[in-house]
This record gives sequence, structure tokens and C-alpha cells, in this order.
Amino acid sequence: MAALKDIKRKITAVHKTKQITRAMNMVAASKFKAAQMRMENFRPYAVKFMEVLNSLALRVDAINHPLLAVREPKRIRVICMTSDRGLCGGFNNNLIKAAERFVREKLRDGQEVSVIPIGRKGRDFFRKKTKVLNARADVFGKFDMSLAVRISEDIIPPFISEEYDELYLLYNEFVNVAVQRPSVVRLFPLPSIGRAEEIEPGKRLDYIYEPSEGIILEKLLPMYMHVLIYRALLETFAGENGARMAAMDNATRNCEDLIQSLTLKYNQMRQSAITAELMDIVGGTEALAKG
Amino acid sequence: MADELKLEIVTPEQMTFRGVVEEVTIPGTEGQFGVLKGHAALLSSVDIGELSFTQDHKKTYYAVNTGYAEVTASKVTVLVETAERFDLIDRERAKRAREQAEEKLAKLSREDVEFVKARLALLRAITRLNVAGRD
Repeated sequence: MAALKDIKRKITAVHKTKQITRAMNMVAASKFKAAQMRMENFRPYAVKFMEVLNSLALRVDAINHPLLAVREPKRIRVICMTSDRGLCGGFNNNLIKAAERFVREKLRDGQEVSVIPIGRKGRDFFRKKTKVLNARADVFGKFDMSLAVRISEDIIPPFISEEYDELYLLYNEFVNVAVQRPSVVRLFPLPSIGRAEEIEPGKRLDYIYEPSEGIILEKLLPMYMHVLIYRALLETFAGENGARMAAMDNATRNCEDLIQSLTLKYNQMRQSAITAELMDIVGGTEALAKG
Repeated sequence: MADELKLEIVTPEQMTFRGVVEEVTIPGTEGQFGVLKGHAALLSSVDIGELSFTQDHKKTYYAVNTGYAEVTASKVTVLVETAERFDLIDRERAKRAREQAEEKLAKLSREDVEFVKARLALLRAITRLNVAGRD
């Protein structure tokens, strides 16, 4: 009978786990929804911003901005953007693995690499392994554009003062709820802008520029960094919660399977115990009747 | 000639305002400027400051952060990193931000990188307080 009781206890335990995973799934779902809405709200800003940036870059010929300076890449920095919390499947692991691979390749090329981890998971991993700069953890609880601005303030001045030569951003690109793809974007020197399709002649307006094209462009470049980083933050946040939804959904389903098979086993054992007892009684009465 | 002037204030968080207005005043880098319908096409960077517009003869004020404004004859698009309407500004928070920035500034030397940051923070806080004081 002890075995029967053990199984009963196990079923209760798994049931409780299931309640937790299901609750986590629902929390992740509501966070995901909010994240998705923020991504949608950000789109008009990003689209408009790129439109103006591109049209400006087309007009300004020789852009001589320190943020566009191309130097021989000797010292490299890598922003590795992970989530703060775990229990979201392979979300962070995949990214960290990709980041490690990336760093190893750069090291093999004889370049000096430092990592800038954003998000607690990445920070905890990298600070044990390598040189870490400007780490930021516990940022995804509540964040807005000002976080992207603060990150930019960490990275822009040392690039201008030539403390490093190239900057890469590694983050989980948000493909859809179920799919996040680790991807690499070069931030410094800024990817060439203005290669976009030439604006149709009819639509092209001759603007008055205040102050001048060049100065506006210079002002927009740091903002471009903000846009790129903010987008990565939003995608990481949405991806994390999407991944957690999927992981918790799986866990809930596994709990259900487990409960089912345990219940089956429980019933079988109970049945065989009853059968054994019955046999005893029947055997007993028969013996009595014969006697 | 355009018969109306549309205004859009776009921030990363949301489309803050969208509507037809009579007049807009924008805090450009080179100074404040007003826009009426039929304005010549203009692209200007925007600084921390007060943006205001008139709609149905009523003035509305916003405290805005850096960005730019694109003006055409019938439409003004303002792209800024933050925009807060005067009646939605949290004065207590702005006051605290001002005090913090002032404290920081008092401690820093002019050459410090942080000095510029703190001065911008102070400017933002003061702007928000000023705009919040509008009625």
C-alpha cells in the first residue's frame, strides 16, 4: 500500500507544477501581447526615421562623421543582449552560444574582444569568462527609449575617442512567437546608410534645412543608434516572452501526460490490490466451505 | 494651396498626437518657429523644449525631447524621443529630476563627460516643469 500512496503524492505534486507552468504561460502571454503592441507602436517612428535619414544621406555627399569612421579592427566590442530571466527554453542559451562562437572567431583573427552584456543571463555568463564592460542587468522589467539612450551613451564616446574600432550587436531577432533567431548587426562603423532606393522624382521635395543637411544628419546619427538598440530591446523582450510561452506550454502538456500515465499506474495498482484481496477472501471462503 | 494643416507627433512608444491644427510652434535647434498651412517644405532638428499647437482656438502644450520636424505645405511630422502633454506631466517626478540634476551639476567639473548629461537632464526637467505650469 505504501507504493500506492507514493504515486498519489506524486500525482498531487505534478498537478501543482502544472498549475505553476500554466500560470507562467498566461503571464508570458499577456507580457508578450504588450511587447507586440509596443513593437507595432514603434514601427511608424522607425519607418519615418529611416525615411528621413536615408533621404538626408543621399543629399549629403561626403559624410565625415566620427561615428562613420572606418579603422582597422583591432579592438572589438560585442553587445550581447539576453533576457533577465530564465525558464524560456533555449532563448538565452542559443544566443550565448552564438555569441561565444562569434567572440572565438574574432579572437582567432587576433582581435581584442570585450563583451557588453545587456540582460542578467548574459551578464552572469560572461562575467565569469571574459572581460565585461558596461554590463546592464535587470532592465527588462520596465524599459523605454531612455534605456537605449543610456546604452548609447556608454558606447558612443569610447568609439569616438578610438578606444575601440568596431561594435557588434548580438540579439535574438524576433521572427514570430515561436521563432527567435540569433543575429549579428554591426553598429560601428555604422552600416552605410542612404543606399536605399532613390526617391521618385515627383515625390521628392526640396526642403529648406535648418540648420544644414550635414548638421541635421550629425544629430540624427546618434538617434539612429537609439533606434537600432531600442528595436533590439523590443525584439528581445517580445522574443523572451514568446519563448517562455512556448516552453511553459510544453511543460504544461508534459505535466498532463505525466499525470495521465501516473493515474493509469495508480488505478492499475489499486485494481490489482483489490483483486488480490478478493482472491484472498474467495480463497478463504472456499477453504471454509470445503472444511 | 493646402486647405488644412495636419500634425503628427510620433514617439517610439506611440503616435502621441494626430490631427488637424491651425498653427504649430516647434522648438527648433536654431530657435522656435511657427508653422501655418502652406508653409514651405522644411526639415529642422528639434531640441528639448516646448511644442505647442492651436486646435479649435485652444492651445495645447507638449514637452518634447530631441528629434526632428518635417514640414510640408499641408502636414507637419514631428519625430521626437519623448513628448508629454502639459496636463499629463508628473510634476513631482520632474521636480525630483531637477533636484537630482542640480546636485550632480554642483559636484561635477565642466570638463566631465557627465556634466553634459546632467545639464541635459536639468534642461529636460525644467522644460517639463515649465510646460506643466501651462493652463
